[in-house]
Amino acid sequence: MSAVEIAAKVRSGEWSAVDVLEGHLEAISAREDEIHAFNLVMVEQARRAAAAVDDAVASGRDPGPLAGVPLALKDNMCTHGVPTTCSSRILDDWKPPYDATVVTRAVEAGAVVIGKTNLDEFAMGSSTEHSAFGPTLNPHDTTRVPGGSSGGSAAAVAAGFSSLALGSDTGGSIRQPAALCGVVGVKPTYGLVSRYGLVAFASSLDQIGPFATSVADAALMLEVIAGHDPMDSTSIPRPSPDISSHLDQGVEGMRIGLVTELMEGIDPDVSARVHQAAEALTAAGAVVDEVSVPATLYGLTAYYLIAPAEASSNLARFDGVRYGLRVDGPDTAEMMIRTRSAGFGDEVKARIMLGTFALSAGYYEAFYGKAQKVRTLVRREFAAAYADHDLLLSPTSPSVAFPLGAKADPMSMYMCDVCTLPSNLSGEAAMSVPYGTGAHGLPVGVQVLAPAMGEVEMFRAAAVLEAAAPSDHDGEEGRS
Amino acid sequence: MSSPRDGGTDWEMVIGLEVHVELHTRTKMFSSAPNNFGDEPNTNITPTCLGLPGSLPVLNERAVELAITMGLALNSEIAPSVFHRKNYFYPDMPKDFQISQYDQPICVGGWLELPQGKRIGIERAHLEEDTGKSTHVGGGGGRIHGSDYSLVDYNRAGVPLLEIVSRPHMNSPDEARAYAEELRAILLATGVSDARMEEGSMRVDANVSVRPAGTDELRTRCEIKNLNSFRSLGRAIAYEAQRHIDLYEHGEEPTQETRHWAEDEGRTHTLRSKEEANDYRYFPEPDLVLLNPSREWVEDLRARLPELPAQRRAALREATGGEAADVAAIVARGLDRLVRGAVAAGADPGRALTHAGHNLSMDGAADLDPAAFAALIGMEKAGDLTATQAKTVLAEMVDTGESPEDIAARLGFEAMDTSALEEMVERAVAANDAAWQKFCAGEDKVQGVFVGFVMKETRGQADGKAVSAILRARREASR
Repeated sequence: MSAVEIAAKVRSGEWSAVDVLEGHLEAISAREDEIHAFNLVMVEQARRAAAAVDDAVASGRDPGPLAGVPLALKDNMCTHGVPTTCSSRILDDWKPPYDATVVTRAVEAGAVVIGKTNLDEFAMGSSTEHSAFGPTLNPHDTTRVPGGSSGGSAAAVAAGFSSLALGSDTGGSIRQPAALCGVVGVKPTYGLVSRYGLVAFASSLDQIGPFATSVADAALMLEVIAGHDPMDSTSIPRPSPDISSHLDQGVEGMRIGLVTELMEGIDPDVSARVHQAAEALTAAGAVVDEVSVPATLYGLTAYYLIAPAEASSNLARFDGVRYGLRVDGPDTAEMMIRTRSAGFGDEVKARIMLGTFALSAGYYEAFYGKAQKVRTLVRREFAAAYADHDLLLSPTSPSVAFPLGAKADPMSMYMCDVCTLPSNLSGEAAMSVPYGTGAHGLPVGVQVLAPAMGEVEMFRAAAVLEAAAPSDHDGEEGRS
Repeated sequence: MSSPRDGGTDWEMVIGLEVHVELHTRTKMFSSAPNNFGDEPNTNITPTCLGLPGSLPVLNERAVELAITMGLALNSEIAPSVFHRKNYFYPDMPKDFQISQYDQPICVGGWLELPQGKRIGIERAHLEEDTGKSTHVGGGGGRIHGSDYSLVDYNRAGVPLLEIVSRPHMNSPDEARAYAEELRAILLATGVSDARMEEGSMRVDANVSVRPAGTDELRTRCEIKNLNSFRSLGRAIAYEAQRHIDLYEHGEEPTQETRHWAEDEGRTHTLRSKEEANDYRYFPEPDLVLLNPSREWVEDLRARLPELPAQRRAALREATGGEAADVAAIVARGLDRLVRGAVAAGADPGRALTHAGHNLSMDGAADLDPAAFAALIGMEKAGDLTATQAKTVLAEMVDTGESPEDIAARLGFEAMDTSALEEMVERAVAANDAAWQKFCAGEDKVQGVFVGFVMKETRGQADGKAVSAILRARREASR
């Protein structure tokens, strides 16, 4: 259900926030057992919040731009007094004593937090199969993954469990599941949205962003959570941008580059949709050409050194001393070893070891140091591309949703992020917009990339693509 | 120094100090929790202090100002700097990494001038956060190994620290002490830290090696920790240097390691060897941004620097012509402004230094009005007060804030006239004839008998010097 519509009708008193919530809770009752989008559905808290929104409206106060809109939170965002697990055993029963900045802002804007969504443990993965609490399934086909790591949030929006959701994107963890679940997913410019209260995976890459069923809903959500936060030193000291009022301005005269390197190794059903999207943008008055950004090819390697290196340090604090799981041992060191051995899943352990190695004396320069140089190169080449382009275009994911267990080999799983992670390395904005379907009638996402703080132009192009997107049964060449 | 066993080689100590000081801020380095020593354990904490998931550091601007201030006081260059993560597991480190500046510190180079004039080079000074404080309970003698359980107070976690690293420019325990004391004086003068060694707000580690005197080689050094007083610092360095000399003279070599000073035993023990050193996997802290203080900010802080101990010593010497050691002692006790003020108001510099050096050790002395101090010295010089009376009046001035004139009048300190004194001396001589004969025979020391008599008679109000003068004149006249 559209967030823009809910908020407008709840604010005007036409709809009740409680009714809106109950409708979503019914959808959850109907299919959540099958999908497993949530780690926790906050039924009672949500009912109280919705009632409070209705009370505000009844007493003439404006609950805010997200009045009564159900919102699902990826379970790596801190919620005061509500378990925050990161889908890991190691955070067993941990209840944060504080709210993440995005949670505070969303609640102050009238959103009704409906639950905490499943993810790959500590956001490490591209399928939501690496959750300590079991996988989330794709609402379009429950034999398939929803993508990841924010698979629970993507599935919750796609299944109609929640109008909006927040995810975190370190290498594509919002955009790839958005593409696989057929919803809009946005990774904003690094620093546009506060990370305070987001359990860190890789601090220099992590960014929170919205999932929505429409471009306008995503814009509304982003406007609420964006803007400077003094609690995050990397937060950009600017107010939240006005995106919504520019959505209908089109792409007339914009120069948009299709990234050559990101079209390589892409499934034909997906690349066909991306070419159609390019044509749609051209038809809307944009000048679309091909542009080469060769460093994106090295992005994957650099990413899989930088992200694990930062993760190895960020996840060190889970040592059993102060909170979460503790497995006792004869001494402190052994207690820490047993706790971490029992508390982390295999994928997390693999990345911690990889990152520890990449930072070790004697290897630092060859691995972490070199990866940082590649990162600089990626930034420089994007800057060159943006010198004569307003936006770039690519697939979001190389394929449509794949079956559970299909990518048991880590390298094939890591390849899922090849199109998305360059934007994390450069710290720039990118979003995935549904654009028809591909193989098996499954959703395809097209990625619009923008330079830092280029959200307004990015959303304008996304709105054009949304309007031009083929409906479910249009021209599905790849459908089996 | 030379070896006690072998007259062949003269050895020279090479000492560098690493000093950690807690910065005197209201809040912690990266969070809004209060920076207060001695509060109830685990009360001054925020999610950031505890390293809770999702928490982030935000740099304390005041901590940066204090670091820059100290850098300027140490003649350092203030440079663009970067925070790194120093990764290691320890229960009192909430994040299991410490945020610390690494290869790009905020203060680069510089020097500190000791009271005796020697300049000690400063390598660098960098910002870092403190860890929590562990208490290991039960067996193990206070160490983690063998203890039954450990308690951690995270009030200290995240307290801002400045680590000041000297160059290896000190060559004796006395120089090392003088350096540490001078550093402390600068920290106090600038308000950068309260620098209390007993509370741990100033912690000194010493790097010690020795070399044949006259060479400039740098031999294997050992780092000595647990130096909780200036006295320990001196003793530990002397012990460690001698240990190195003994090793060399037995054909052995020290190994590079960290050693623990055991104050009760008067010796150092191995804490950890170089091989056991952690690989800290330093990398730039991604949650913080480059720290690049603007020129204007630095210059503003420079303009606000107070007069530093070295400048104060120079000014006091210029004002009084005093000896370096006397002047240094008076500056160390914070009485230099009083002395300079009194001299500026016309006081005799010598008397002002003497009083400040010997008669003003009580609390509150530095707050004395310089003009009143000058007036007292004037009365003394004019002979209106004896030296003993002046000392008494001075103490009363500090205590009550009354003027020296009023105090002298209240205590009945009016100089005795000479005739009264002469009469008193006559009585003293008459009562001690045997002593008088000895005095006339040249035994000057017996004059104490007469001075004592007069003092007793006058209840201490007589001027001892005047009594001596009358006695000597009487002896001359009787010859």
